Amino acid sequence: MKKTQAPLLVTKHLKTSFKINDHYYQALDDVNLTVNPDEFLAIVGESGCGKSTFANTIMGLLDEHDSKVSGSAVFEGQELTKLTETGYDEIRGLKLSMIFQDPLSALNPLKRIANQIDEVMAYHTDLSKTERYQRVLKLLAEVGIHDPKRTARQFPHQLSGGMRQRVMIAMAVACKPDLIIADEPTTALDVTIQAQILDLLRRVQQENHTSIILITHDLGVVAETADRVAVMYAGQIVESGSVQQIFKEPQHPYTRSLLRSIPQIDNATDDLYVIQGNVPSLQKMPAAGDRFAPRIPWIPASAHEDLPVMHDLGDGHQVRCTCYRQFYFKEDQRA
Amino acid sequence: MWKTILRRFLIMIPELIILSMLVFLLAKAMPGDPFLGSINPKSSPQQIHHLMQANGLYDPWYQQYWNWVVHLFHGDLGMSYEYKEPVVGLIQQRGLNTLWLALFTMIMTYMIALPLGVYAGKHEGKWQDNLVRVYTYVTMAIPFFVVLVLGIWIFGYLFNLFPTAGSISPTATGFGTVISRLTHIILPGLLGALFGTVNIVQYLRSEVIDAKHSAYVKTAKSKGIPMKDIYRHHIFRNSLLPIAAFSGYSITGLLAGSIFTEMVFSYPGMGLLFLNAVNYRDYTVITALVLLYGFLNLLGTLISDVVLAVIDPRIRVE
Repeated sequence: MKKTQAPLLVTKHLKTSFKINDHYYQALDDVNLTVNPDEFLAIVGESGCGKSTFANTIMGLLDEHDSKVSGSAVFEGQELTKLTETGYDEIRGLKLSMIFQDPLSALNPLKRIANQIDEVMAYHTDLSKTERYQRVLKLLAEVGIHDPKRTARQFPHQLSGGMRQRVMIAMAVACKPDLIIADEPTTALDVTIQAQILDLLRRVQQENHTSIILITHDLGVVAETADRVAVMYAGQIVESGSVQQIFKEPQHPYTRSLLRSIPQIDNATDDLYVIQGNVPSLQKMPAAGDRFAPRIPWIPASAHEDLPVMHDLGDGHQVRCTCYRQFYFKEDQRA
Repeated sequence: MWKTILRRFLIMIPELIILSMLVFLLAKAMPGDPFLGSINPKSSPQQIHHLMQANGLYDPWYQQYWNWVVHLFHGDLGMSYEYKEPVVGLIQQRGLNTLWLALFTMIMTYMIALPLGVYAGKHEGKWQDNLVRVYTYVTMAIPFFVVLVLGIWIFGYLFNLFPTAGSISPTATGFGTVISRLTHIILPGLLGALFGTVNIVQYLRSEVIDAKHSAYVKTAKSKGIPMKDIYRHHIFRNSLLPIAAFSGYSITGLLAGSIFTEMVFSYPGMGLLFLNAVNYRDYTVITALVLLYGFLNLLGTLISDVVLAVIDPRIRVE
């Protein structure tokens, strides 16, 4: 894959804060991210890391009354943070679309599948009603639904979880957008279906040359599908690079801890690695210092930067803070 | 669809049979007898005894019940002891009055409540919403009959806009009778609607707010649909579900429950008829009306179920 074209989405110092009791708390801090055309990017992190906040910020789906966005996010030359609702309505669905976590609640229970897919084309294309219906059937077939005519007539509650997510994907790709954000699309599905849905996403990405941002907490998913990975912790990106870089030479203590907590079949011990503590809540986010430091207390404070910044390791591999140079696992040392 | 309706209809039959038995027995269990009012102080116990016997009131209950059911199937609900008229005719005449009033009240209720509820939900937390909420709380807090009396005083007496009693002016002829009926309905109907909107507005408001924050509305937004169209296509219909579930009850509730309005406005409808019948132990009228009310309630649930099945695909029987 050549990446000589201009990037599709570039975020610079993107910050999102939420208002809780008249006070703003930062959920996203200084997110610098580039998505290239025709690229499959995965954003990984624990729950509460700001992954979904990132998705909603890019999609303009935050409630403007209790959130604040600063910094910049440029999508195809358009500054998203300054876009009005009407401006957003023009690109959402057409150039930028989203797949949600729980397809049952994300589909309108009172509308037939055909109508829900049709809607997005009705607003963004000049196709006639019959043309749109033909396209609905084609889309449904493309996402692997065996009897498109029947499914088109059905309501969401009549479909299985996997089929609903296929419908969501059909909806997201209906207008051939340039970027699809998939927010934990497989979390609500059972494991066998998960793999099918991921395959489908990968196929959709390759056939349409769409870029996909896959948001997930499942590293196994990432290894199989993504080109590039960004690891997020407490609202910041702590490491980013290609799949090979992240999985073969992880640098940041958080990335290394995450990888170590994946159960291994050939592991000699029965113990599973657990990262101490929790992701800090919004109200308790430290103002300065490495946000991951409290969870690796055996690393001396001097190893961390006061205001951690991203360091370039070459070849697009970036890592936040200098602590990676001195990091080791407590268990390894004891042994 | 038709299966759902047919199934619901069949369930009604045993319900009606049980209801009619209960109604009949409860009416019989009331103390006193229907001749208390129609005898003079000189009537001997023998005369009352004869009257009771002639009317079959000494027969065992199942025989009386059976006679009543047989007559019921012939469209004969007996004579009113009080009015000395056939009950069927009495109810027809009074029921029609109530029907007009109820229809008018219902139409006004929904015409006021639906826009108001959606409007309040749309502007959740803003002054428009607060204004609507003040209106609903105040209306809710004032007892209904006070609202009625105040309404009569203001619109009937101070401004002298509407008649304050009866259902039609005795001097009206021809097309004038229609106008006269309407003017007699407007004030009680509007006041009833004012009161009836409260629940619907509050329900609809909270449904709209729920729908507004729902995942499917977020999906619709992510498809690039303008918010005003999302209200039209996604929020409004979905918010109507509980209102639809309640619609059947509210129609029949109005038919049966306008006793307050009819009392205050001396409006000769079924509510007033029922109240008098209870006071005078008019058994035939009581049983007929209670049975009718019961039937209306069953019909109400049927209408609600059908309306809900039309709107909500999730509850249709496949």
